[in-house]
Amino acid sequence: MARAGLWAALTLLALPVLAGLAGVIGPAFGYLPALGGVAWSLEPWRGVLGWPGLGAAVRLSVVTGLLATGISLALTLLIVAAWQGTRSFLWITRTLAPLLSLPHAAAAFGLAFLIAPSGWIARGLSPWATGWERPPDLLIVNDPWGLALVAGLVVKEVPFLLLMVLAALPQSDSLRAQLVARSLGYGRVMGWMKAVAPRVYVQIRLPVYAVLAYSMSVVDVALILGPTRPKVLAVQILEWMTHPDLSMRFQAAAAALLQLGLVVAVLVLWRLGESALARRGAVWAAGGARGVGADAVLRPLGAGAALGIGLAVGLGLAGLLLWSFAGLWQFPAALPESLSLRIWSGQMGALQRRLWDSALIALGATGIALALCIAALQAGARGRSAGLIYLPLIVPQIAFLPGLATFALVLGVDGTRWAVMGAHLVFVLPYVFLALADPWRAWDSRAGLVAAGLGAGPARVLWAVRLPMLARALCVAFAVGFATSVAQYLPTLLIGAGRVSTVTTEAVALAASGNRRLIGVWAVVQMALPMAVFVLALLLPAWLFRHRQGMRIG
Amino acid sequence: MSLRLDRLEIARAGAVMVRLDREIAPGAVLSVMGPSGCGKSTLLAALVGALPGAFAMRGRVWLEGRDVTALPPHRRRMGMLFQDDLLFPHLSVAGNLGFGLARGVADRAGVIDAALREAGLEGMGGRDPATLSGGQRARVALMRVLLSEPRALLLDEPFAKLDAGLRAQMREFVFARARARGLPVVLVTHDLADARAAGGAVVNVSGEVLGL
Repeated sequence: MARAGLWAALTLLALPVLAGLAGVIGPAFGYLPALGGVAWSLEPWRGVLGWPGLGAAVRLSVVTGLLATGISLALTLLIVAAWQGTRSFLWITRTLAPLLSLPHAAAAFGLAFLIAPSGWIARGLSPWATGWERPPDLLIVNDPWGLALVAGLVVKEVPFLLLMVLAALPQSDSLRAQLVARSLGYGRVMGWMKAVAPRVYVQIRLPVYAVLAYSMSVVDVALILGPTRPKVLAVQILEWMTHPDLSMRFQAAAAALLQLGLVVAVLVLWRLGESALARRGAVWAAGGARGVGADAVLRPLGAGAALGIGLAVGLGLAGLLLWSFAGLWQFPAALPESLSLRIWSGQMGALQRRLWDSALIALGATGIALALCIAALQAGARGRSAGLIYLPLIVPQIAFLPGLATFALVLGVDGTRWAVMGAHLVFVLPYVFLALADPWRAWDSRAGLVAAGLGAGPARVLWAVRLPMLARALCVAFAVGFATSVAQYLPTLLIGAGRVSTVTTEAVALAASGNRRLIGVWAVVQMALPMAVFVLALLLPAWLFRHRQGMRIG
Repeated sequence: MSLRLDRLEIARAGAVMVRLDREIAPGAVLSVMGPSGCGKSTLLAALVGALPGAFAMRGRVWLEGRDVTALPPHRRRMGMLFQDDLLFPHLSVAGNLGFGLARGVADRAGVIDAALREAGLEGMGGRDPATLSGGQRARVALMRVLLSEPRALLLDEPFAKLDAGLRAQMREFVFARARARGLPVVLVTHDLADARAAGGAVVNVSGEVLGL
């Protein structure tokens, strides 16, 4: 039975991705009988290549993806190098970890509200420093270079990479290596970069690839913060995909394949860059430069980066909340003149329906994912070594979901909650697995041996000993999966075929409206739902085991 | 009730680490001594039926005249004690004892109370194991094993983490109960005093008898 769970989990990971890709290849070459495409042709490609915005869209995707990944990785390593082992580091990790449960879209909206010409930053500086009496006519959000998009990605990817590094540190012998480097006279940051970083990077390589692929092909964040003329490639694909003229789907499929090729090419480039950097780095490390003086600059920089991200997201979310209750709020006033419940009460009915659907889909997908992960781990699936787990995270959503949507259409299940739940499961499963694998393996297996010695069979050991002892980890894994599901935009949109909406699709759909109060309401709800589940996930085991000191955080 | 290690050999990557051929009579103790890493704990894992995949075992294990070599751990009825008490942190003291007590025992609460009394822990059944002292926890762990009515007792340095005064007391407590119940005991340790207190034969992992 456990074996079966392992295979079910692996199949669930790989099959939808491969099937989705297969479902894209046909239409990309003109073949999709359901839409009248019965002959293979290169017509879709001519359509893509003939699109005047193609060059700019490709350039934008590549540049923003590389920038976001490079900056996120550099900041993450800097933060850890500068502060690991200090009290501040604990504080930093506790501040940034909750950002993981935050949907990308909510963070992007918050950031947009903060940096917009009429946002809090401009208000804070106006008119005394800027002289602005009215919001300046500047394109800060949706800037043509995609810098706002990069910023929106960085504030979300740094917490993710930070958590991955934290998981990798115990296996990197980091504290002792750092101690050796320090005792040889190295500065804190330099010592860490030369002695620990290479070992850590090897372990976080797959998450970094996932960040790179995601940043190059993200849709929801790009809709909120990304450039509009031209758009990044992924957004353009979605536009073709959802075009009323169904024949545009052929072109969308061709562009999806192009997007996949682009991501693969950049991943290969990144890999080559790794090797080159490793060679250079080895020479650099052996060069003996201690970099003691650099700490004075780099440590504040690392702290500043962490603080900046925390502040940007925190203030952004506060701004969302305030806007959702704002009555009249003129520039450059820092606070609204009045507060009102008008928007909230107006949206109450829609909110309830979407919340219900979001929660139902997330509960289903996460419940199934948790059961499969437990079965797979019980069958001996390995943690981070299982590269397959990253497949749905590295193959861009926009590349294979159109194919999956086509299959759903052909099977007649598109637009049902079940199909959306299934699509979410593909992305929830990897995150639940990643959240659960380490604590699962860290469990003292002697407890199982003792239980078996007392006559408990494997099932009883699992249900009466292992799962209760791992209650905290299970709850956290559940919360991670739930948050992942709630945050899904593209799977909901494409598989739901417009008939299933969640708080996320509603929120992102408002991006172009510019209605801040409405966006505020939906983004706040989108953020609050996963956060509420996270709080519950922390409180539930704490309450259940309130009389058991041994179950507290070690 | 005896435990027989019948030409037992445990090898890793072709190199034999453990070679034992002994019979342990009811109530007797076989002490296996050696430095850490010599394969003592591996021997116990093999006896309980949880040998890690990297190891290969030859020979048979007989318990009360029955060949248990092929049985899974929960069917062997060999109770284990480690140097950590390994009480289940999510259960109360009584819950831990109840976990060990076989199903179908009529007066469960009465049996558990009696076990608590025997261990000098009367009235502590509702306590969180984490609030007990090290010695108390060790005694709960032993009573939990005994309530499961094992046919043999396997001890993996069970006294190593107790402080000196407690250690002597706990040794006496464990061995007296094993004798009273007529359980064959295998004790692995690197502490000579443990082996002396056990009073039985003392061997190393190659089966050579060590003079004390």
